[in-house]
Amino acid sequence: MPLEALPTLNETDVDKEYLYTLNFGPQHPATHTTLRLVLTLDGETVVRAVPDIGYLHSGFEKLGEDLDFNQYVTIVDRMNYISPVANEIAWHHVVEQLLDIEITPRCKYIRTILAELARISDHLLNVGAAALDLGAFTAFLYGFNQRERVYDICETASGQRFHPSYTRVGGLMNDVNDDFVAKVRDFVRNFPKAHADIRKLLNKNRIFVDRCKDVGVLTREDAIQFSCSGPIARASGVVRDLRKDEPYLAYKDFDFQVICAKAGDCYARYLVRMEEMNESLKIIHQAIENLPSGPVNVDLEGKCIIPDKSATYRSIEGLIQHFELFMTNRRWQTPVDEIYGAQETANGELGFYIVADGSGRAYRARTRPPSFIHFAIFPHLIEGHQISDIVAVLGSLNIIAAELDR
Amino acid sequence: MSHETTLSKLRERFGADAFRISEFRDNFRVIVPAERILDFLTCLKNECSFDMLAEMTAVDYLHYPEARDRFGVVYCLTNTATGERMVVKTFVNDPDPALPTCYGLWKGADWLEREVYDMYGIVFDGHPDLRRILMPEEFTSFPLRKDYPLRGKGERHNFATITRAES
Repeated sequence: MPLEALPTLNETDVDKEYLYTLNFGPQHPATHTTLRLVLTLDGETVVRAVPDIGYLHSGFEKLGEDLDFNQYVTIVDRMNYISPVANEIAWHHVVEQLLDIEITPRCKYIRTILAELARISDHLLNVGAAALDLGAFTAFLYGFNQRERVYDICETASGQRFHPSYTRVGGLMNDVNDDFVAKVRDFVRNFPKAHADIRKLLNKNRIFVDRCKDVGVLTREDAIQFSCSGPIARASGVVRDLRKDEPYLAYKDFDFQVICAKAGDCYARYLVRMEEMNESLKIIHQAIENLPSGPVNVDLEGKCIIPDKSATYRSIEGLIQHFELFMTNRRWQTPVDEIYGAQETANGELGFYIVADGSGRAYRARTRPPSFIHFAIFPHLIEGHQISDIVAVLGSLNIIAAELDR
Repeated sequence: MSHETTLSKLRERFGADAFRISEFRDNFRVIVPAERILDFLTCLKNECSFDMLAEMTAVDYLHYPEARDRFGVVYCLTNTATGERMVVKTFVNDPDPALPTCYGLWKGADWLEREVYDMYGIVFDGHPDLRRILMPEEFTSFPLRKDYPLRGKGERHNFATITRAES
């Protein structure tokens, strides 16, 4: 708790006795996660909003210096906990760039499918929760029903519905089976109807549109100045999507479009997310129909992959490789250098800045958290709006506290 | 490649000895002395159109093999028009590490610099509101420094308490 009052009043405002301070505290159903806003109000109008974060700070980056590249994936999972697989894929993407490993085509396609499923899951939750805060409960439930299908798919692939810790350096924990392919095909078949249901409930809903249109407008210049990325930047007219600008995984092989808008208000962000779900579904459909066969992990010769049990128990190279990767003083041979790599997750540009010192652990594992950077624009967006707009704007920014605070 | 135009502008402005270059995988880095970091960042933003500060972070090189300075501060810049990326690095050292703020160039630096201050203790001169952002206000140490232990120094057990009798 702060020991002094937060600096919420400017010098000019101190004399205005009618301004009062309201705490939109860390425990509040509309903030979804533990955020605190100290609001200075003139009646119902927000004069100034000062965010206070750090309630969920768990020292993830300090842990990154203690766990190795495969162990840290469990922590990275828990950052953007709405779409955990996407974080894992991004983390291992940067680690594989650091170690200069080229993953197999099958692994690229499976990771792409899971990344797009995670994107759909994240957008469904965001749209659903934004609607829920404004009173539309049914849209929330339709979204969550589809998210259950995504959890089923993750469980088929890795055994865990959520936080699967599925990726490894050089590949995945295990390959997927036909059950996974069947479930993904079912999802592709059934999702458009649920998406249409949500769209019909919200797109032309008088209350939803009135509460979201022209609320929290972010101009294109401000979006770039404040380092915004992802749907928030695209809804303001910044035409930038890392899947097209710096293609990674298997995105070069697929035909999809990048959704942008010009208005930059909450309604535009909602529309961008709804359409992005359709594009993600297209990518998943193309990926699952063209899934290449072959191994999902790289060869043993690279000395970076955990060998599967048949190699560990039946060949001396496999056994040695298994030992080397788990012994605390051996692990991977990393170059003594640093790298910044990023992927386009549902929330925006999720980047990792990894400093390696030759051992198998990161010397510094920094996450570039899109939620943190987007929450910084909140005071700028909410100025002059009413208290009820706080909920609409906060919902449209998709702030996830675990990524905000790490 | 596309870095050539940026490099030639920097060389023309500051001279080729004012900075070092290094490349690793697809990252292109420019290493700059701390006194000139704001000049370099201003030139990169205004003349080479790096209009977005994608990331800003710091590293504590206390236990790093062959390190000469203690703290490194990293700025990852992006040119949203061409997609070009550049990493600008600078180094600061221990008694009172300080750098000029780049809040005047990119507003996104506001919270990023507050986090670097909170975690490492590097002060940014000219920052409008440099206070702790993730740790509680009364926290005294800088947690991501290498001499701060992983499990902390017992701060979690030493909260100021008010008993019912005192309240």
